[in-house]
Amino acid sequence: MPMLEIKDLSVEVDGRKILDGLNLAVNAGEVHAIMGPNGSGKSTLAYVLAGKADYAVTDGQVLFDGEDMLAMEPDERAAKGLFLAFQYPLEIPGVATMTFLRTALNAQRRKRGEAELSTPEFMKKVREAAGKLDIDQEMLRRGVNVGFSGGEKKRNEILQMALLEPRLAVLDETDSGLDIDALRVVADGVNRLRSPQRSMVVITHYQRLLNYIVPDVVHVLSKGRIVKTGGKELALELEARGYAQFQEEAA
Amino acid sequence: MSAEVRPIKTAAEQALAEAFAARKGALARDPLAAQREAAFRRFAAEGLPHRRVEDWKYTDLRALMREAKPLAGPPDTAGIARAKNAGGLLRVVDARRIVLVDGVFVPELSDLAALEPGLTVGSMAEALAGADAEVVGRVGTVAPTDDVAAALNTAFMGDGVVLNVADGVTLARPIHLVFAYTATVAAAVFARSLVVIGKRARATLIESHEGPDDLDYQVNNALELSVGDDAKVDHVKIGTEGSRALHISTLMAALGARAELNDLSFTTGGSVVRNQLHLRYAGEGAAATIAGASLIKGRQHVDTTMVVDHAVRGGSSRELFKSVLDGESHAVFQGKIIVRPGAQQTDARMMTRALLLSEAAEADNKPELEIFADDVQCGHGATAGALDQDLLFYLKARGIPAHEAEALLIQAFVGEALETIERDDLRAALADAAAAWLITRG
Ligand SMILES: Nc1ncnc2c1ncn2[C@@H]1O[C@H](COP(=O)(O)OP(=O)(O)O)[C@@H](O)[C@H]1O
Ligand SMILES: [Mg+2]
Repeated sequence: MPMLEIKDLSVEVDGRKILDGLNLAVNAGEVHAIMGPNGSGKSTLAYVLAGKADYAVTDGQVLFDGEDMLAMEPDERAAKGLFLAFQYPLEIPGVATMTFLRTALNAQRRKRGEAELSTPEFMKKVREAAGKLDIDQEMLRRGVNVGFSGGEKKRNEILQMALLEPRLAVLDETDSGLDIDALRVVADGVNRLRSPQRSMVVITHYQRLLNYIVPDVVHVLSKGRIVKTGGKELALELEARGYAQFQEEAA
Repeated sequence: MSAEVRPIKTAAEQALAEAFAARKGALARDPLAAQREAAFRRFAAEGLPHRRVEDWKYTDLRALMREAKPLAGPPDTAGIARAKNAGGLLRVVDARRIVLVDGVFVPELSDLAALEPGLTVGSMAEALAGADAEVVGRVGTVAPTDDVAAALNTAFMGDGVVLNVADGVTLARPIHLVFAYTATVAAAVFARSLVVIGKRARATLIESHEGPDDLDYQVNNALELSVGDDAKVDHVKIGTEGSRALHISTLMAALGARAELNDLSFTTGGSVVRNQLHLRYAGEGAAATIAGASLIKGRQHVDTTMVVDHAVRGGSSRELFKSVLDGESHAVFQGKIIVRPGAQQTDARMMTRALLLSEAAEADNKPELEIFADDVQCGHGATAGALDQDLLFYLKARGIPAHEAEALLIQAFVGEALETIERDDLRAALADAAAAWLITRG
């Protein structure tokens, strides 16, 4: 059984169809890339997986370990092991990053019936993970993402992922807005988490990221459906020839 | 157009008139008798403020105060015993507790041992009985206001605290004025306190107000606060009155040259609460931060009305008021900033934010700027809205359940106002009180 199985998923926003019969199956341990032009529905897919309210699922199914994920609240999905790295991470003034991380981690552990982490255990874990991502302690004391640069926000997403240790990570354009050094730090962070038990869906507009996070499978999304699936060489082909050919195929 | 005809007195107005008449004999030798008479005449002419009185537009006291409760008698032993643990919200703050039970200063519950040199603490009733010239000369003069509720306090006030900090004295320990209502029947309490902070002195003054739930007692409290030149005062008022209480409080404060006032009111209790502030800039270059945080629910009504009077040059004022409103609660903010002709280089900014947790909650905001000087910076802003759904989603996507996510955002919202408190222990105590409120919210 695939870890994630999306069957004929159709989604509307404000009465407009954005996803149109999308199918996708991701097995444990696989990294899938989803590439597509702006507006093709990549973020919509990511949000629907995470459970954002503004999207109306009009048809289809999403199964996580065979369970109906669409019936779950966003926090339940997270506790079950889903993680979405946001394309545009939000700023939360007044909620210290440390408090946020700790509340999230302990809420998930509680829901899974695990013991909460003690303060020293938690601090140690955060310090280690932050160190590997070049995130300094001062940033952790600030409000979540408040005053962070675009790159710092993306690194903070990966820090959250490293701490929460999800089984299924969806990364929505984690590469956008990063210079090459930051991209490397982020990609290394992601690669460290690759494991036979963990699956990833890496959403990107550009092939560049896939030089660092090498996918097992590449899909092309156009007009709300997967129009082509291939190996990592498909990404290179897209880079060379653009999306136009696939958009025509979809039409 | 005809002049407004004074309507027939309400039962409450009638009762207040009778109560004042009955007290006359007792006040025969009171050194403030003339001031009290004048104050009562002011009330008699105006009656209880109602919605056509601009300053009371949103808090129609004539309608909200159907009856005037009898004046509370002096507390009995049982009442005093009940007040023993009052002010417990601030357990973690090492403060000098001065306890007032039903408006009466109770030395045996107060921490009067080893007063720092330069600190004096006494009873208002005693000062008046002894015709203390310093006190008698000062009451009603610090920052005079013609507000009718303040006038009622002057007319009826029995006791309160008189507190002095001498020039140049820094009080390391905060002073905590604990106001406890302990009577088992509903009565009215009128306390008046006078706090004089000398030049270059520093002090933290905390007031807390509490009483039993389910009893419709009435509190009309007033505090005159004089802050000397170059002095610095932190003032925090905590309102946790009982669920049916009517609480009116008037702070009349004056700031000397280069004085600093850091004021915060924190309100979770009471049925109808009116916090009024009259702040007068008496010396040049004074600075005040006035903050507020209210967390209310059910049918609670909390009105903050303030007049910030920049009478001299170079003053600055910052207001930041945050209300969290659940149920059918109602928050009112009226802020008037006056910049008088000589008050050049005034810098005044006012911000109010309301967080509406329910559709039925309501927040009214009325800023007023009266500016008569040209070289000034003044501004105000207001927002009202629900919790940000996108932020909630971000938190939930990280595994935080909806209720906990809401609590985090509400605490962050209130936290911005609490940030103005310098002392960590005091700020933490109020953050805990906000967290406790979130739990009772259900
Ligand atoms: N919350 C929303 N409200 C209105 N339109 C939306 C919303 N989210 C997405 N859309 C629309 O859906 C389409 C796909 O958007 P999106 O999923 O963000 O694409 P991508 O991430 O591939 O750039 C776009 O036309 C976008 O305008
Ligand atoms: Mg997108």
